[in-house]
Amino acid sequence: MTFPGVKALQNVDFTLREGEIHALMGENGAGKSTLIKCLTGVNDFEQGEIHMDGKPIRNHSTLDAQKNGISTVYQEVNLCPNLSVAENLFIGREPLTKIGTISRKAMLNRARELMQKLDIQVDVAKTLDSYSIAIQQMIAIARAVDMDCKVLILDEPTSSLDDKEVEKLFILMRSLRDQGIGIIFVTHFLEQVYAVCDRITVLRNGQLVGEYQIADLPRLKLVAAMMGKDFDDLQSIKSKEDEAVSDELEIEARGLSHARKIKPFDLDIHKGEVLGLTGLLGSGRSELARCIYGADRAQTGTLKVGGKETTISAPIDAMRLGMGLLPDDRKAEGIVEDLSVRENIMLAMQSLKGVRAKIPMDKQMEITKKYIELLEIKTPSTETLVKQLSGGNQQKVIIARWLATDPDFLILDEPTRGIDVGTKTEIQKLVVELARQGKSVIFISSEIEEMLRTCNRLAVLRDGEKVGELTENLTQESVMKAIAGGERN
Amino acid sequence: MKSVKDWIKKISKKPLFLPLFSVFLVLVINVIYDAVQGNYIFSFFTFELKEGALYGRIVDILNRGSEAAILAIGMTLVVSSSGGTDISVGSVMSLSGSLCCMLLAGFGVTHVRGPEELQMPIWVGAVAGIAIAGVVGLFNGFLVARMKIQPMVATLIFFTAGRAIGLLLTNNKMVYILLDEFKWFGLGKTWIFPTPTVIAAICIALMVLVLRFTSLGMYVQSVGINPRASRIAGINSAAIILLCYVICGLYAGVAGIVATSRIYSADSNNIGLNLELDAILAVALGGNSLGGGRFNLAGSIIGAYTIQAITTTMYALGVAKAQAPVYKAIIVILIVVVQSPAVKAYFAHRKAQRESLAIAGRS
Repeated sequence: MTFPGVKALQNVDFTLREGEIHALMGENGAGKSTLIKCLTGVNDFEQGEIHMDGKPIRNHSTLDAQKNGISTVYQEVNLCPNLSVAENLFIGREPLTKIGTISRKAMLNRARELMQKLDIQVDVAKTLDSYSIAIQQMIAIARAVDMDCKVLILDEPTSSLDDKEVEKLFILMRSLRDQGIGIIFVTHFLEQVYAVCDRITVLRNGQLVGEYQIADLPRLKLVAAMMGKDFDDLQSIKSKEDEAVSDELEIEARGLSHARKIKPFDLDIHKGEVLGLTGLLGSGRSELARCIYGADRAQTGTLKVGGKETTISAPIDAMRLGMGLLPDDRKAEGIVEDLSVRENIMLAMQSLKGVRAKIPMDKQMEITKKYIELLEIKTPSTETLVKQLSGGNQQKVIIARWLATDPDFLILDEPTRGIDVGTKTEIQKLVVELARQGKSVIFISSEIEEMLRTCNRLAVLRDGEKVGELTENLTQESVMKAIAGGERN
Repeated sequence: MKSVKDWIKKISKKPLFLPLFSVFLVLVINVIYDAVQGNYIFSFFTFELKEGALYGRIVDILNRGSEAAILAIGMTLVVSSSGGTDISVGSVMSLSGSLCCMLLAGFGVTHVRGPEELQMPIWVGAVAGIAIAGVVGLFNGFLVARMKIQPMVATLIFFTAGRAIGLLLTNNKMVYILLDEFKWFGLGKTWIFPTPTVIAAICIALMVLVLRFTSLGMYVQSVGINPRASRIAGINSAAIILLCYVICGLYAGVAGIVATSRIYSADSNNIGLNLELDAILAVALGGNSLGGGRFNLAGSIIGAYTIQAITTTMYALGVAKAQAPVYKAIIVILIVVVQSPAVKAYFAHRKAQRESLAIAGRS
């Protein structure tokens, strides 16, 4: 299997035993997704063999793979948002009536049973898109589990789940393992690997680094194996001076709200400040940021940017005021997949200049090359379509898109989700560096540790409402307490 | 021998390879036909000047393909930005021609035989015809971009209403404009070239200049690929889609004036009949996905002329007019299948397999 510019996978051996949870680790572009796609018949491979229970098998499609007992849940939910939960659970294997039509009643009943068994609280008759990404992910897993599989592949299943949901998933994974199912678990969260896995296989640049027992590979060694170099200390990316923040306000929001998504909130952001928005998934942290940016138009309240009162009715208005937004759903709202790396980077800058002022090609190349180098974007050329890059590199392209506009205020919504450790640190350093230059940043992340490293101040959200702010004594514990709402009792 | 193989490999990867290759095939068929007939084998390529005008089979194809080529330009933008097709263009052509003729002759008048009978200068009538087409484009664009109606449904309104409105305007009668000045758009010549080819060339050049000197092309593709991401990046997706439909309408208006001038009359029932299908086919033949996204304008234009070349060639081969669509369909199926993602993926896979085996063999 080859991707442009790089051989995606070379001579990799991988063994999965019955009844084990096996972590597949590696940085972006290491070949994890490709290996899985080869196993499940999404991509064909040119060389090598797959044996299952000692017999050679070859999957030409995911359907083949399912017949052979291999089920997969991918990083991005690959279900139909406009169908009901029940229909999604049984696509392609709907229960039939005697005359061969689909029995909706049986389907709904079986779906309800399944959801109950896995303790997922949903109305199976509702359409899938009425639930959050986290719930959709759980439903995708339920679908895979229900297909009598011997091998379950989970490709970044936890990247959009909160801690409680992750714990629930782990309980499920352990019980499946005890039933003799082999689980391949791909994740970027190191803690989760140690919490649930029995064995680790590490890939790097499309090649096998090795297979390890979990006990033989402590965290630092794992990171070193993935990166192929010694792991520099993450703790020290923010210095004492970075704590000092200018008194000047960049953003002053009073009573902004968006119906049913975020209740009226007040928010101040200083120049040179990194403000973290924290809360459980669906607590309104993305919605708050989108409301300021105009991605969801604010229905009430006033907003001052740089001291001047403004109204933002569309993202372009926010951009003219020096804002930028990196949305959390990269596939749906971030990348324009069929455009080249260059076009994706130039997009925001060009739309600021307007349609008539086309940026000359040599200027475009100069800017593109500058950011490819600066952010170390791994791409064969500037004209490669962005969909051909790995997830982390796509994310860097979007960051480059905003850096090119030289924003005063950048909103980064889950910029490090689904990204390898090395790139994560780079992005965190970049955020701190931007603040150092006097720019303001809103940083949203599910990983508290990451927020603590980068943010000066945290705003806590719960159920669509801003419930408080944390400025001093930022520790994992204090933040978790605030998120959980412990201060009320 | 090796170098020839490499050369074939190299050119077969160019984006315009297939549309150009199909043109080449049509040419070869013509040459063979001429050889069999005992004609001069390159008679297809010959040009001659008769009374200061250029004649020849290629000139004829370029001339008759003008309307389809003009429509294909607008259709390319519509397909790319909205992932749907504007099926109203044929009817809009007829509407544009009908309005033009009605204005020139006056309502209810069926014949204009001399310049003194004209109600207004010819160019005013032509501009009005193009303008009404632009207005229809605006309407279509509004339905698609703002009301989020599926393109085919939205444009279906004027697909049916366009000709009917044309009949209303012409009081249900053929309106003849029997003036050489009016015939100039469709039958006249500019220097030595048939005027339609010159009008088509101007339309193409205009769009090429717009794409070259503005970022419209990137906007259109970006909106077509991911409207939500485009919006977050500051692009007004709805406005871009609207603009594409207006451009498509205006170009349909131009094509309508040319087609009307060819028959120097407003024949609302027949002007531009089925031409929307040729325009859509031209876009597909040019290697553009009808699902929207990336587009290749040159491909669409070559596609439009290819369709005309196929038609002209078939008539030359003596295929009866009634049977021609069958052969045309066969050729189109072949071209479309060769370009399909499934066939491309198959060849890409074969190639990768061979390369891997070669590497394995060496080590």
